[in-house]
Amino acid sequence: MALLDKDRIFTNLYGFQPWNLAAAQARGDWDNTKALLERGRDAIIQEMKDSGLRGRGGAGFPTGMKWSFMPKESRDGRPSFLVINADESEPGSCKDREIIRHDPHKLIEGALLAGFAMGARAAYIYIRGEYIREAETLFAAVREAYDAGLVGRNAAGSGYDFDVFVHRGAGAYICGEETAMIESLEGKKGQPRLKPPFPAGAGLYGCPTTVNNVESIAVAPTILRRGAAWFSSFGRDNNKGTKLFQISGHVEKPCVVEEEMGIPFRELIERHCGGIRGGWDNLLAVIPGGSSVPLVPAEQIMDAPMDFDGLRALGSGLGTAAVIVMDKSTDIVRAIARLSHFYMHESCGQCTPCREGTGWMWRVMERLRTGDAEVEEIDMLFNVTKQVEGHTICALGDAAAWPIQGLIRHFRPEIERRILERGALREAAE
Amino acid sequence: MPKVKVDGVELEVPAGATVLQACELAGKEIPRFCYHERLSIAGNCRMCLVEVKPGPPKPQASCALPASEGQEIRTDSEMVKKAREGVMEFLLINHPLDCPICDQGGECDLQDQSVAYGRGGSRYHEEKRAVTQKNMGPLIKTVMTRCIHCTRCVRFSEEVAGVDEIGALYRGEKTQISTYLEKAAKHELSANVIDLCPVGALTSRPYEFEARPWELKKTLSIDVSDAIGANIRLDSRGREVLRILPRVNDDVNEEWLADRARFLVDGLTHRRLDRPWLRLDGKLQAATWAEALAAVGKIKPGSSVAVIAGDMVDCETQFAAKKLAAALGSTLLEGRQTGLAYDTSNLAVLAFNTTLAGIEDADAILIYGSHVRDEAPLLNPRLRKAVKKGAKVYIIGPWWEPTYAATHLGDDAGAIDALPEDVASVFANAARPAIIIGGGALAKGGLEAGLAFSARFNLVREGWSGFNVLHFAAARMGGLMLGFAQKGGIADLVAAQPKLLISLGADEVDFAKFANSMIVHIGHHGDKAAHLADVILPAAAFSEKDGTYVNTEGRVQYAEKAVFAPGDAREDWSILRALADALGVSVGFDSFDELRAAMIAEVPSLGVEGLAPYGDIPAAPAGAHASGVIGYPVKDRYLTNAIGRASPTLQRCSAELIHGKIQAEAAE
Repeated sequence: MALLDKDRIFTNLYGFQPWNLAAAQARGDWDNTKALLERGRDAIIQEMKDSGLRGRGGAGFPTGMKWSFMPKESRDGRPSFLVINADESEPGSCKDREIIRHDPHKLIEGALLAGFAMGARAAYIYIRGEYIREAETLFAAVREAYDAGLVGRNAAGSGYDFDVFVHRGAGAYICGEETAMIESLEGKKGQPRLKPPFPAGAGLYGCPTTVNNVESIAVAPTILRRGAAWFSSFGRDNNKGTKLFQISGHVEKPCVVEEEMGIPFRELIERHCGGIRGGWDNLLAVIPGGSSVPLVPAEQIMDAPMDFDGLRALGSGLGTAAVIVMDKSTDIVRAIARLSHFYMHESCGQCTPCREGTGWMWRVMERLRTGDAEVEEIDMLFNVTKQVEGHTICALGDAAAWPIQGLIRHFRPEIERRILERGALREAAE
Repeated sequence: MPKVKVDGVELEVPAGATVLQACELAGKEIPRFCYHERLSIAGNCRMCLVEVKPGPPKPQASCALPASEGQEIRTDSEMVKKAREGVMEFLLINHPLDCPICDQGGECDLQDQSVAYGRGGSRYHEEKRAVTQKNMGPLIKTVMTRCIHCTRCVRFSEEVAGVDEIGALYRGEKTQISTYLEKAAKHELSANVIDLCPVGALTSRPYEFEARPWELKKTLSIDVSDAIGANIRLDSRGREVLRILPRVNDDVNEEWLADRARFLVDGLTHRRLDRPWLRLDGKLQAATWAEALAAVGKIKPGSSVAVIAGDMVDCETQFAAKKLAAALGSTLLEGRQTGLAYDTSNLAVLAFNTTLAGIEDADAILIYGSHVRDEAPLLNPRLRKAVKKGAKVYIIGPWWEPTYAATHLGDDAGAIDALPEDVASVFANAARPAIIIGGGALAKGGLEAGLAFSARFNLVREGWSGFNVLHFAAARMGGLMLGFAQKGGIADLVAAQPKLLISLGADEVDFAKFANSMIVHIGHHGDKAAHLADVILPAAAFSEKDGTYVNTEGRVQYAEKAVFAPGDAREDWSILRALADALGVSVGFDSFDELRAAMIAEVPSLGVEGLAPYGDIPAAPAGAHASGVIGYPVKDRYLTNAIGRASPTLQRCSAELIHGKIQAEAAE
């Protein structure tokens, strides 16, 4: 059963209609938002909890619960803030870009609803520096919303004052980490903070803060309008709702598509992407959730359900649902080595294991790629990834380690073959 | 008071303690690089990882984790051992193996901890990183390839010194610590980053390749370059003090030291007076001790004797000189060389009563005629802490750049009588208001005006004394306790026109006014006084004698002798004892111990380490009035005394950092 058009949240995902306020309102956005707000904070949070929405930024933390961590009222005069993470830099991910390009008002309306529900004074949308056109659209959309009285003083006629600020990043992957984003918003170097304290206690400017992904926020208005029961009618237990999948790589028609959670991989590809390039026998491996999750070899992924728990069972993860498909023409070692280079380049350099480990891992990966290594070094590399994983301040260390662990777990024979071949060549040369 | 279990041993830890502190209380050593008690927690080196239950199944950074009830902490498990080995391996992959040519060798945290917690070998066979040297000025030598990015230096500059001078550039393994735009680190506490650096990335430039730590004899001493009385350690080898390091004393200097105190060390071996000199036919000529003493004995001054104490002399020297003058029948003693003549009848009004640590709790502070960064660099971080806690600071006197928010109330000392209304209301409503009166204000009648201010805003109240005088000379409080003060200041001595004028290292005096006196200079450096003296008797610097010092709080502290004075120089007390013989009088002591005992018998509080009791602050005199534009005594923060002026390092600091001269590096 595929997702019907009537059940899609992002009805202008492909930009067939204009993004502007008039068009958005025609699609149902900003429709009596005041009434939604009048339900009250607790009711909104309860609805979100009931919907079973899990954060769309990768970690999959239940969104409603996250909102409920915010203080009910300020005890010391500090305001609360909502920070919306639009620093979409994960290789493979491009869903937030589509939302901001074509449906920015869903995000802004969601910001108001979420901000109201958690008692926030303002929302900061931190948009990736490279998203230039998208930022222009977003600035214009926010302007429109202000002009229409939908945000700002007495937002949408509700009597609630709520500001929306758009802040452009400067192109650092790490600024997508929530505490690094807060640092960056404050004008400092984007380096993750130690937790605790968690942002809900002391975040932006030391005030209670919730950081949410663009998609998590943008689906909120529709969930509130159509009800938690509607949203949770999709997907499996603990993996409810619809989700934007971003399929790239060796499929016939790469695309971003909204689908039901838990859709089997084969169905997702067949229905929306025109199949694997060269047929299903040609599939080598898939990275199902953006570059920081381990890859899954073809035979395991083909019929796996695409949701948090289904992919976790395969030793991988849904991440942002950025599905990177690789067929048998792929130099899989090189592909992962390139990811290692990415993490080395993007490590913030704050804590030791990641700063030193990412460079080490990349250098060994480069040698494994050419086979200029010893077989024992595969185990050493695996051990190094274990020394990085779980020892760092933020999750970038884990993200750098996992792809390599996935590679070694599933493609060790390929790595060994290269080393032996190279060794044989060398011997022959001598 | 949460209860935690560390390696199976249950103990109670103070509320707010971290897991690292809990482990330390349990007697477990936790290796660390970035963590430092006096800096904010960075948690970036990851060396202090321990296993904590309940918690995620991975090691936790103990420095940043609050200890909470019922935690089970393990520092000896396989997971912790592996984590430490892993982090150590990472730290070492890009750290050069140049310990044999590294000045940190022997006192390097990385060396020690890699022996204790490392694996003993590396599996890293790729290329190592190399980083270009950074210029951090004449004091700090950088070898940035050795840097492990603990960011202690960055945090020190930002948090303690209050200047954004040092930061990290770039990211990932390309991260580099640098001063912004590679300008020299200029602030007056900059060299503390040398002590903070756990590896050999930041080392002392003047001390470069001088010695290994295990060759050095360590002597506990007191800094004499200002009146704070920082606790220091003299590291000496043979007859030479090679470096000065701060000691920990939370009441005085925490664990910081001003640059000018740390680097005056090479001044101790330059321009020294190492033999007696006699002025014959208007020219100083080398002499023997016998000749020099005989020359003094010949003038038979009777009671026409005066003594001027310099800024760096200890109490014993001053007491011995006092005894000598008394034996000759004179009480003309003075220590305020530049002519200050404030009332010294009550010492309580001349001390830093709030105490250096206590000023951190003040909530409104008036700095009255003191350039704190020049006159007491170690007080400035304390004031910064007070401001961070919410204190408001006002400055009367020519503006200088504080490292915290402060409001300028004018240059004229009279501004204290005409406070704007909002300022007055701040002090009136403050719970712990304080005034700090510096030498600049004392010269303009500021002491009485300050007392009036104190009375107006009730600075001295139950449990709080906010009346402070900040002196600049290390000898000052001790001298005042021993009576080195005349009612009219040094003018009284000029008026008396003594036949014999004894200078105890008094290099700031205008000796032209004593043209008719025979000037006997007992000093250690060929500085201003030596040029004008008739007889020079070479004495010992602070590092070459035991001595008692009293800091501006009235805190009595003892310094020990590290090395012998050079050449024919003698300890001051023995010179004064010999002078007594030459002048045919008896001073009543024949050894240093006898001298000290006599001094303590006369001023008992000098025999007790710690704050001397001075009694209560008196009522303000009626009609107090201060006026005149305040001038600060320190013209050059590095060259404030004879030792500093003789130090090539501090001369270079002065030229480069104050006067902006660029000195060409000799080709290496």
